[in-house]
Amino acid sequence: MNGMTRILIWMPQLLKGAQTTIIITILSVAVGLILSLFLALGKMSKHAVLNRLCSGYIFFFRGTPLLMQIYFIYFGLPQFHPALTIRSAFLAAMIAYTLNTAAYLAENIRAGIQSIDKGQFEAARTIGMTGAQTMRYVIIPQTVRRLIPPVGNEFIMVLKDVSLVAIIGLADLTKVTRAISSSAATALVYIPAMIIYLVITALFQFVFNKLEKKYSVYE
Amino acid sequence: MSIIRTEDLCKNFGDLQVLKNVNLTVRSGEVVVIIGPSGAGKSTLLRSLNTLETITSGKIFLEDKLFQRVERGEVREEMKKEEKKAALLEMGMVFQRFHLFPNMTVKENVLAGPLYVQKIPKGEAEKRALELLEKVGLLDKADDYPSHLSGGQQQRVAIARALAMQPRIMLFDEPTSALDPELVGEVLSVMKDLASQGMTMLCVTHEMGFAREVADRVVFMADGQILEEGTPEEIFNQPKTAKAQQFLASIL
Repeated sequence: MNGMTRILIWMPQLLKGAQTTIIITILSVAVGLILSLFLALGKMSKHAVLNRLCSGYIFFFRGTPLLMQIYFIYFGLPQFHPALTIRSAFLAAMIAYTLNTAAYLAENIRAGIQSIDKGQFEAARTIGMTGAQTMRYVIIPQTVRRLIPPVGNEFIMVLKDVSLVAIIGLADLTKVTRAISSSAATALVYIPAMIIYLVITALFQFVFNKLEKKYSVYE
Repeated sequence: MSIIRTEDLCKNFGDLQVLKNVNLTVRSGEVVVIIGPSGAGKSTLLRSLNTLETITSGKIFLEDKLFQRVERGEVREEMKKEEKKAALLEMGMVFQRFHLFPNMTVKENVLAGPLYVQKIPKGEAEKRALELLEKVGLLDKADDYPSHLSGGQQQRVAIARALAMQPRIMLFDEPTSALDPELVGEVLSVMKDLASQGMTMLCVTHEMGFAREVADRVVFMADGQILEEGTPEEIFNQPKTAKAQQFLASIL
């Protein structure tokens, strides 16, 4: 068999692995984005308890290794209380990535909001908007545009971090690649696998470039 | 009736006294222009009136009712929350650097207050917005984003946005200072129209021509104090204090 044929034979398995990788990436960043908005607003809040809670959360998830967080959520939590057992490795991975990415995204959102000119808050206030209205109608729409590049970056980071899920038995693209490599005793499989990663990354970049253009209409 | 009155208003930034016992009254229908060298506290005074700055001490009355009494940085007496909110909406504010909302079209900028704050129906808010844009001569720009407008046009939209809340008084904080010289005229002409329609106005400006022509009263401030006030003729032709003489000599 020549190389090309072998790659074609591996392809279905590799794509299956890629599917797992993509699903975990997109779902966790999407849910993480929603969570991160609340974390960012909480960290900027003057409410002391809320502020400390959100700051502490962000500090913890950015300050400990993702690998350890995955281990802890899947293997560790059940030992503290049986009710905390997560049977599905997929669900455990989703939770770990969502909680982790939310911490990073929250800092991006906070930086985005704080980069908005103070005059915007003042102008909103002089026409009587409440703090919540100012956020909803004035600040967040302007922040969205500035957030597109860092969120795109986060997608690409998570895409590659998902390779860690092998430790809880999930077959993502990296895991599948390694399995094929050892059973077929060849490193050739790394080439199509890396190309698949690059194609996915290119797709993310394409989508985010489009979004950036779309949201730049007013600039 | 006075729209705004301050009593011994003081404002400190740390150890720096920016406003020292300012007593200012603006009566209904009056156009008051505040002039003075930079650092005199003119903008801070304006911003203190609508609580963009919190005052250190003194009293502010809005429409003859006590709005706030502050002593040593602490609010001692204040209107009830709802009353306070309504009172603040009686003041329209125009900023030196416009501060239009860049994510909204010109029309949406003018609509935002009536729609989200006063909660009037969309159709009615839109009608009001378009009328105001016509008034400031920008009806044809209604669907453009602010970034596509010149500075003068943006400032006229900002005036329309403030007017959309139907305020009793308009505060202008150096509305033409950020504009290219050839764009100053169009903004001043909108302000003159407003004055001639009886709008109560308090303007901080360096446009002495405007002050002479439109002001009922000119207030001269320096070092955080009101040093002189009077009709434009009195201030411009016979300034009494040395500071005012010096200032007017330097700019005229």
